[in-house]
Amino acid sequence: MKIPVGWLSEWVRVPWSASQLGSRLTLAGFELESLTAAAPAFSGVVVARIEGADPHPQAHSLRVCRVSTGPGPPLTIVCGAANARSGLKSALALAGARLPDGRTIQTAMLRGVESQGMLASAKELGLGDAASGILEFPQDAPLGEDLREYLRLDEPVLDINVTPNRGDAMSVLGIAREVAALGATVVSGPAITSAAVLRRERFPVRLDAPAGCPRFAACIVRGIDNTRQTPPWLRERLRRGGLRAISPVVDVTNYVMLELGQPMHAYDLGKLRGGIVVRLAQTDERLMLLDGRTVSCAPDMLLITDDDGAVGLAGIMGGERTAVSPSTVDILLESAWFAPEAVLGRARRLGLTTDAAQRFERGVDPTQQERAIERALALLLPITGGTSAGVDVTAAAAQLPRRESVTLRRARLQRLLGAEFSAAQVEAALRGLQMSVAPTDEGWQVTAPAWRFDIAIEADLIEEVARIVGFEAISERHAQAPQRFRPLSEATPAESAVLAALTGRGYQEAITYAFVDPALQQALFPQTPALELANPISAELAVMRVSLWPGLLQAARENQRRQQVRIRLCERGTRFIAQGTDTLEIDTLAGAAAGPRTPEQWGAGASQADAVDYFDVKGDVEALIAGTGAAESFRFEAAAHPALHPGRAARVLRRGEAVGWLGELHPRLVKQLDFTYPPVLFELDVAGLAVSRAAYREVSRFPQVRRDLAVVVDEAVTLSSLAERVTLATSSLLRELRVFDVYRGPALEQGRKSIALGLIFQDISRTLTDDDVERLMASVIADLRENLNARIRE
Amino acid sequence: MSELTPLTGEALAEIAACADLAALDAVRVRWLGKKGRITEQLKHSGKRVASEGTETVVALQAARQAIEGALAERRAAIGAAALAREIEAGRLDVTLPGRGEEPGGLHPVTLARLRIETLFRRAGFDVASGPEIEDDFHNFGALNIPANHPARAMHDTFYFADGRLLRTHTSPVQIRALRERGAPLAVIAPGRVYRCDSDITHSPMFHQLEGLAVGEGVSFANMKAVLHGFMEAFFERDLAMRLRPSYFPFTEPSAEVDMSCVFCQGQGCRVCKHSGWLELAGCGMVHPHVLEACGVDPERYTGYAFGAGIDRLAMLRYGGNDLRLFFENDQRFLRQFRAFRA
Ligand SMILES: [Zn+2]
Repeated sequence: MKIPVGWLSEWVRVPWSASQLGSRLTLAGFELESLTAAAPAFSGVVVARIEGADPHPQAHSLRVCRVSTGPGPPLTIVCGAANARSGLKSALALAGARLPDGRTIQTAMLRGVESQGMLASAKELGLGDAASGILEFPQDAPLGEDLREYLRLDEPVLDINVTPNRGDAMSVLGIAREVAALGATVVSGPAITSAAVLRRERFPVRLDAPAGCPRFAACIVRGIDNTRQTPPWLRERLRRGGLRAISPVVDVTNYVMLELGQPMHAYDLGKLRGGIVVRLAQTDERLMLLDGRTVSCAPDMLLITDDDGAVGLAGIMGGERTAVSPSTVDILLESAWFAPEAVLGRARRLGLTTDAAQRFERGVDPTQQERAIERALALLLPITGGTSAGVDVTAAAAQLPRRESVTLRRARLQRLLGAEFSAAQVEAALRGLQMSVAPTDEGWQVTAPAWRFDIAIEADLIEEVARIVGFEAISERHAQAPQRFRPLSEATPAESAVLAALTGRGYQEAITYAFVDPALQQALFPQTPALELANPISAELAVMRVSLWPGLLQAARENQRRQQVRIRLCERGTRFIAQGTDTLEIDTLAGAAAGPRTPEQWGAGASQADAVDYFDVKGDVEALIAGTGAAESFRFEAAAHPALHPGRAARVLRRGEAVGWLGELHPRLVKQLDFTYPPVLFELDVAGLAVSRAAYREVSRFPQVRRDLAVVVDEAVTLSSLAERVTLATSSLLRELRVFDVYRGPALEQGRKSIALGLIFQDISRTLTDDDVERLMASVIADLRENLNARIRE
Repeated sequence: MSELTPLTGEALAEIAACADLAALDAVRVRWLGKKGRITEQLKHSGKRVASEGTETVVALQAARQAIEGALAERRAAIGAAALAREIEAGRLDVTLPGRGEEPGGLHPVTLARLRIETLFRRAGFDVASGPEIEDDFHNFGALNIPANHPARAMHDTFYFADGRLLRTHTSPVQIRALRERGAPLAVIAPGRVYRCDSDITHSPMFHQLEGLAVGEGVSFANMKAVLHGFMEAFFERDLAMRLRPSYFPFTEPSAEVDMSCVFCQGQGCRVCKHSGWLELAGCGMVHPHVLEACGVDPERYTGYAFGAGIDRLAMLRYGGNDLRLFFENDQRFLRQFRAFRA
């Protein structure tokens, strides 16, 4: 909301400089976004008059003008603007003038004629978009006056942010009321007197939806000339307020809206048929708006109609059919009150944002419709001529908003704010906002003025008091809180420890979007339905992730594209699994590793350049599992996953329940996604990493004995089945089982492999004898021979 | 005596000429071994004492001692030289890099979030969380934002076909926590939130911190103290704070929280757009309608709520000026934030 300070000063005495005003408003809830001058810096531009304009001898698009700026001899100015004509008053940049774009104007030869300056357009001076013609001033513009003086271009303009609850402040008048409350002064404003009523004439108006439109003021004006120029001061105020000048009728209605906050509309009276009826739209009722768009209305939208149908979308925008044009002679001015509930959200649904809708949605003063018309007439008639009939108001009084009084308790105010304000402070603050305040035993009964739509409960009044007195008047105070202990579950893994386990092993934590590329996710999880966003920000971020892998793979690819060969990324976040009409949000930990096994380093042997493989990443997963204190409750089981290499994928189970996946990306996807190194992925449910408080186990003080065993078995025999047999055969004396080699090759039969095991035995209560160990080994060997068709390699 | 002196001299010269322990041992054997020249002579010491008196024997013993001393000395010297050579040969370029895995690190947003959680836990707040897919009631309705409310325009909401949505703020967690646990209550809810908006300062996904304290006599003055205390603790420095009245449908009174700029101490710089202030949070006293919607008696209990952007706090604390970089996950970007942070 742009507020030119000069305009504001017509309504209230501003006791501060513009920047002080800005900070006072900011601290009262109207944040200053910028403070600028009404025009960018320029100098040396004056009001001038074209005394004569002759064709340029060399160029027929140019004219040679004699231009005077005062009593001296006229200057010669070469000008290409079509509107440069004899008798016109315009803006002349003299030789030596500096323009906003940094140019300095100099006397120059233009196609053989010396030009002693430049006649300027609005655009060249930063006064608007119009670039096609030079500025036009009325005949009373003082010749030779500096343009910055004439148009008061050094006026500061505040751009302030008005919160959506304060529709009443979306005007010069509204801000003036705030300034009055803050500066303990009063709103004055230009006197608004009724225009002389020369004719008795009224246009028929009927309110068929009185809840949405309980008040409709209208006024017929006849005999205007809408081709006249709106005076520069008014055009300038519109521009400073953020609007473009269009025609006197539109400019004046816009001016009144900026000044009083009352949106208005003008109809071409000659185009209205019959009378006006304000009613709800029929389903899909169509209306072509002023901006040329045709909208299809819903039955909760309020329309202004005449006998031929809709002529306006109430409180949002007028219709094309009855719009005023330069040739309009008679108009009907509308100044209505539409209830916020009747306008709210309608414009947005139609994809529209209009100044009128913004104000009506937030609440317009329901008492000043006539006043707005009077103000408009006072501005319009001197410009366009014409005569007005009286202002005619159609109202459904029962439907107009009434301000109920609200109780404000002294004790409540103190309790909520934690500060004590005196009765005088409270009353001054509220009365300054033009509220009526009646003291009671416990506090006050307060009635807000008609324009305030945000005062409904006690807390609203407390806010107003605090806001006007100032939040800085409330001192910080620490609450006295009881020292209560809340449960701290040790079963929930500490997030920082879980992440530290991975970062310590080289992973960099990533944070990827929760919505992913549907094509990528589909390729990885063809069978898992994903939740689709109805309004995604882009086609590549259109579905909710069912796994953290799509995001991590995307990040891995992006890193690879940026020459990062070695990738170690992990993420903790939610994945979204549809379950009927509901969605499970599963707290998930995942990782992706690709590229060389170790960072490039000297003296580490040849294997450092090997690509990270399943077992490297399994080591990382095992580190996480170790953190649960119950590694033995986990199992890895070969299983098929559409995103993973069919021979290099494992489901991770905990006590038989699936808690995650580990595996190498499917070779088809490695190609499709263009990975140089195949990524190895894991994903675990965080819930699956719950910590078990493992039972304490005594550490044996007796020596341990190690025996190594090379077992040749079929390829199909997994280590876990081997380990299971060994454990069974050795009862409780096996402390640990290590694998120190896996061999395949010519020394073995086809389809067989040799696994080298280290068996570590120990008893808790005695030293194991050689005999004990030999017996254990014999039973292991016998068991493996019998159950796994194993051969022991010597 | 006179014939012994040159003999000793000869032995000492041989010892001095030895370059290694083997040569030295040979010399020892030649002179002091079982058949060594000195040993031989000493074998006959009894006779000598008789014929030549004790003088010769004493001289022989002195010669033996001198040779033994020289041998020991030489042995030590050879050992020291060998060790010195070994050490010299074993010299490393200690500036060559070490081996092994290179540690990764946490994302700066996680660093900031964990720090925030620690600070608030110490101040007596619980950490709560809630679903990211919400219904209209929890994200808007219970927060006093009915359909068509202009405040909805400030939340560019992602929707699903069935009307559910991605939470636009962490405020729904307030509602859930209050409905589940009731008053009194002090919680923070950090989490991911979503808005369909993307530019240099907006990402469609970002992280918000929500705080809520409800109790008997919880006041605006308490809220000021908590917010100021938190900001100073987070940035580890004294900061000025100012609250500007603002509007949120779910709080009344509402305020924006400005802290003096952490870069220029309020003098004005590029980061604070030369205002000296950084807008770091929004806050207010919980609206009575919200308390009622959560089954809490607004006459008995009052409370405050606040919200702040974790990503913004992370950027101010750890650096970075483009929010989108935070979610590109370039390892070179992320690696910069490795540190033992608290
Ligand atoms: Zn600064």
